Amino acid sequence: MFRAFARAIVVVLGFLAAVQVPNTAVAASDLDAAVAKLTEKSFSVKEAAIAEIVASGDPRAVDLLSAYLEGGLFRNKKTGAIVTVEKTEGGYLTTDALTGSALEKVKKRGVKKIRINNKLRGIVKTALGALQLFSDSTETRLKAARTILANPSPAMVGLLEKALAQEDDADIRESLTHSLAALKVIGDDPAARIAAVSTLSGSMDPSIWQVLGRAADQKDDPALAAAAQQALESIENQKAIYSLIETIFFGLSLGAVLMLAAVGLAITFGVMGVINMAHGEMLMLGAYTTFVVQSLMPNAIEYSLFVAIPAAFIVTGLVGIAIERSIIRLLYGRPLETLLATFGVSLFLQQAVRTIFSPLNQPVTTPDWMSGFYAVNGALSLTYNRLYIIAFCILVFVALLLVLKRTPLGLQMRAVTQNRAMASSMGIRTGRVDALTFGLGSGIAGVGGVALSQLTNVGPNLGQAYIVDSFMVVVFGGVGNLWGTLVGAMTLGVANKFMEPFTGAVVAKILVLVFIILFIQRRPRGLFALKGRAVES
Amino acid sequence: MSSPTRFPSFILRSLSGRAPVTVLTLVLGAAFLVPVLNLLPESNLFHMPTFMVGLVGKYLCYALLALSVDLVWGYCGILSLGHGAFFALGGYAMGMHLMRQIGDRGVYGHPVLPDFMVFLNWDVLPWYWYGFDNFLFAMVMVALVPGILAFAFGWFAFRSRVTGVYLSIITQAMTYALLLAFFRNDMGFGGNNGLTDFRDLLGLDLRSDAMRRGLFIASALALAIGYVLCLLVTSSRLGKVLVTIRDAESRSRFLGYRVENFKLFVFTLSAILAGVAGALYVPQVGIINPGEFSPINSIEIVIWVALGGRGYLFGAIFGALAVNAAKSYFTVAFPEIWLFFLGALFILTTLFLPRGAAGLITRNPDAGSATVLPAWLSSILPVRKGESGS
Amino acid sequence: MRLRAMIKPLGIAALSGSPSDVPTLASGSLLYLDGVSVSFDGFKALNDLSMIIKPGEMRSIIGPNGAGKTTMMDVITGKTRPDTGDVIYDGRVDLTSKDEATIANLGIGRKFQKPTVFESHTVWDNIFLALKQDRRVFPVLFGLERQTERARIQEILETTRLSDLGSRPAGSLSHGQKQWLEIGMLLAQDPQLLLIDEPAAGMTDAETEETAVLLKDIAKTRSVIVVEHDMDFIRALDVRVTVLHEGSVLAEGTLDQVSANPRVVEVYLGR
Repeated sequence: MFRAFARAIVVVLGFLAAVQVPNTAVAASDLDAAVAKLTEKSFSVKEAAIAEIVASGDPRAVDLLSAYLEGGLFRNKKTGAIVTVEKTEGGYLTTDALTGSALEKVKKRGVKKIRINNKLRGIVKTALGALQLFSDSTETRLKAARTILANPSPAMVGLLEKALAQEDDADIRESLTHSLAALKVIGDDPAARIAAVSTLSGSMDPSIWQVLGRAADQKDDPALAAAAQQALESIENQKAIYSLIETIFFGLSLGAVLMLAAVGLAITFGVMGVINMAHGEMLMLGAYTTFVVQSLMPNAIEYSLFVAIPAAFIVTGLVGIAIERSIIRLLYGRPLETLLATFGVSLFLQQAVRTIFSPLNQPVTTPDWMSGFYAVNGALSLTYNRLYIIAFCILVFVALLLVLKRTPLGLQMRAVTQNRAMASSMGIRTGRVDALTFGLGSGIAGVGGVALSQLTNVGPNLGQAYIVDSFMVVVFGGVGNLWGTLVGAMTLGVANKFMEPFTGAVVAKILVLVFIILFIQRRPRGLFALKGRAVES
Repeated sequence: MSSPTRFPSFILRSLSGRAPVTVLTLVLGAAFLVPVLNLLPESNLFHMPTFMVGLVGKYLCYALLALSVDLVWGYCGILSLGHGAFFALGGYAMGMHLMRQIGDRGVYGHPVLPDFMVFLNWDVLPWYWYGFDNFLFAMVMVALVPGILAFAFGWFAFRSRVTGVYLSIITQAMTYALLLAFFRNDMGFGGNNGLTDFRDLLGLDLRSDAMRRGLFIASALALAIGYVLCLLVTSSRLGKVLVTIRDAESRSRFLGYRVENFKLFVFTLSAILAGVAGALYVPQVGIINPGEFSPINSIEIVIWVALGGRGYLFGAIFGALAVNAAKSYFTVAFPEIWLFFLGALFILTTLFLPRGAAGLITRNPDAGSATVLPAWLSSILPVRKGESGS
Repeated sequence: MRLRAMIKPLGIAALSGSPSDVPTLASGSLLYLDGVSVSFDGFKALNDLSMIIKPGEMRSIIGPNGAGKTTMMDVITGKTRPDTGDVIYDGRVDLTSKDEATIANLGIGRKFQKPTVFESHTVWDNIFLALKQDRRVFPVLFGLERQTERARIQEILETTRLSDLGSRPAGSLSHGQKQWLEIGMLLAQDPQLLLIDEPAAGMTDAETEETAVLLKDIAKTRSVIVVEHDMDFIRALDVRVTVLHEGSVLAEGTLDQVSANPRVVEVYLGR
């Protein structure tokens, strides 16, 4: 304990020195000497050397320490020069770590790595953090502030205060304030400790929670423990809210997936009244189109999805039109027969895919821009792929709404749905409208398939896995109403995610199915039911 | 137009048609002939190998299952896409009995618990396994479990007038939910692997030839009895009401028939038949697993019936036998082709054979059908039919 | 007439249970509609409709398209629930809480605008299934055709001139024959109140005339409500006429009276 403290003192003295004379360089030889000390065997000497390097205020200190931290600092055994190295054939190219000038090529054995241990790594990290706090780049400062926040050391108070005084960026200020407060919590002044706790309450940073947790557990200062406990509780409440938001986010993204899977069906079933059991295979075809597009442009995977989306729309749309013209056209008005015939189509398509590709799953790559996450704070981060899925779902929905409400095709589609005979006698070619409507529904399913290819295995059974869900969404939302499909999908997605923590994923899904079965009993026409005489007949 | 007035003559009339006589002769003939052929020495030209007895026995169970679907779909217009669930439940009830019969001969040698429970570290037999060691109890459950599920499901669905496609979709959801449930290990039904490694039934080794013959005869008799039962129901006054419900449901209501009760009756009866079929199926194939609940199985049953001719009881039997014989052949000879074939069968049957094979060979349907013209022909005619198909 | 509507919210209206609650207005009537309103998505199909049919009365309902004639029948037969208002049968039974089957078994029969018969059944079976009998599942399952029933079916077939067609599938009948078969099915139900929607549609003049005679015959022992567009047919029936317009009663009286009514003329001819 004492040693750690002493070490910190030494380092911090160095920091303070550096801070006080930021721009006037100490004699260059100071840095040379300090660096030379790094090569000593004793780790305590090395420690002192680090402090001196920092204290030198030399602009090269950051690079030097970074290299040291990464184990990239070597000593030339012959000349004793401190160098960085670059591996080449038959040895190392060395560069003088202090001057940056290129030196001779040496054998592998000609240099010796300057050793570091874990204690020193911690010190160097903190030292680097402290140095970077005064960097010109806001980004570097912010990063440094966050590093310190994750690992504050008590002797840094002065440094932090100094940095805070100079800082104008709000985010960095907050990090610094929190670090300071975190240090004051373990400081000597009882009043300052309590004040610090109140500063920290409400923070969404896990390292702060640890600080507060330790404060709440300590026995010496009951008032502080109580205050920390209270702060923790309020943080817990906030965490609960964030986890609620996260669950809703998960639910919405699942809902978006359901929506993308079901929206094509909302057109073919909802608008046309055709029970397309091959709908799942339209999703599958969309996913396979993605696979084909990616294998055609292996060097541009990042852009492949933008090609795959229109390609999938066209491929599945054409397949849909072919199915409509060859089979469904003959079965209008007989929904149950349509169901059977299209089921035959689905078997056919599954086997076709097995024969053409293989019965195995096909690898579909996820572009880099879809991975990663956006961290709102320590308690909540949103993954990009989910965000994109939600955005894409909204995009598709709006586009579809526009097609249905604002285009001549949409107008004709609605006319044919409402009164086929009348539409026909008004000169609308109902056969063509049927084919295009079915093509639109299938094409949208294909687009949904592109989205699914990013989330699930692309194989011949992809469609099977989604067909029941898709029907549930459309039936639950209410047939003939796109808004119903959207609300239905989102409701089911969120409900599913809310149940999962309590029941597990499978039981949640079963419960959702049972719920829908019961719901349809209560409202056979779904959430957004059409009412009136037209429905009855 | 002459109508019988006394009960026996009514039965006689419904059984004396050409189709019933043919079907019963064939089924009962098979019940006798197949075991005899199996008993012939192997050198004999007409010897029937035991695996073949099991295979045909399996087909007969499918035929009974198809009959149950035809009863609700062909006669009452309820297209159930979840009848596989009733079949599987009957199968599980039988499977549970067979598991209990293993006793302490399992791999782990536990006196009470089946192997999979020992494997999952269960200490006690779940309460719902009680009683299944008793054959009679298990047989009652074979009928009762699917029957109760169908009754409960139908009670809600028919009362709230869920019809047509919506009903089909929620029956599919039902079997899908059961599929997911039975996959879970915690359910206590063997999870993914289901129930298997059966030893014996009623003290007889399941793998013995005698047992195989016995199961075959039982299946044939069950099919014959199921057929007669369906025949009696469909030719009764209730059968006529069922057809009115199929063709014009709301008109039946205005005549004072409480449609939901009739549907409930026939749906429950049908589920029990399916359960019995499942119970006979399981000892012959030696396994029951959650795969039987998968929606595609249920849809396949429907295509047997559609191909054979819905609304014709013998059509359903024929369809089940024909499609499954084709399946056995294709999946061995050309496994690649089978799904193409089945898919094409679905499409072509619905387009060109709306009354199935039975519609081709009969002019005097069991129950009649409103669709006289084939679909492709009526679609060419100018009038588009507005009402939903039956 | 709105009295009941004012009483209802007070919670006194346990209609089917205690006949004493029903005002004297309803008692003595066979069918009593008071303040019935139905709307579909904002469109008022029936708007505060009130009407009384006495036992043994025959009434014609006329009105332009969309006047609410079919909706009125839907409300009486339980197909559509009214948003507000009372529908009381036989002075004591609240029909708004009953389903179609119950109402049919109470003795209200209905013939549809489009003839709806069971096309795959024979003409004989159509009548047979309509015969008044126990409609519960198991009695139906085990019930057999009795001698008396056969005689009754024969009798109805004769009345409706379908005797020779008993074994034909109903689907093969002509339009007019289907109309008659449906009337025959109504007779077989033996209802107290018949609701008949456009019985003469698609009939030849001679058939129309015969239908009028048949209906008048039926009306001797039962109440009948006939919805019809054909004025000659209504004249032939020679009964009290109610004119519906926009979901409520516009005029009531003999055919001559209502056709003289300027408001009726205005509705029918427009301005």
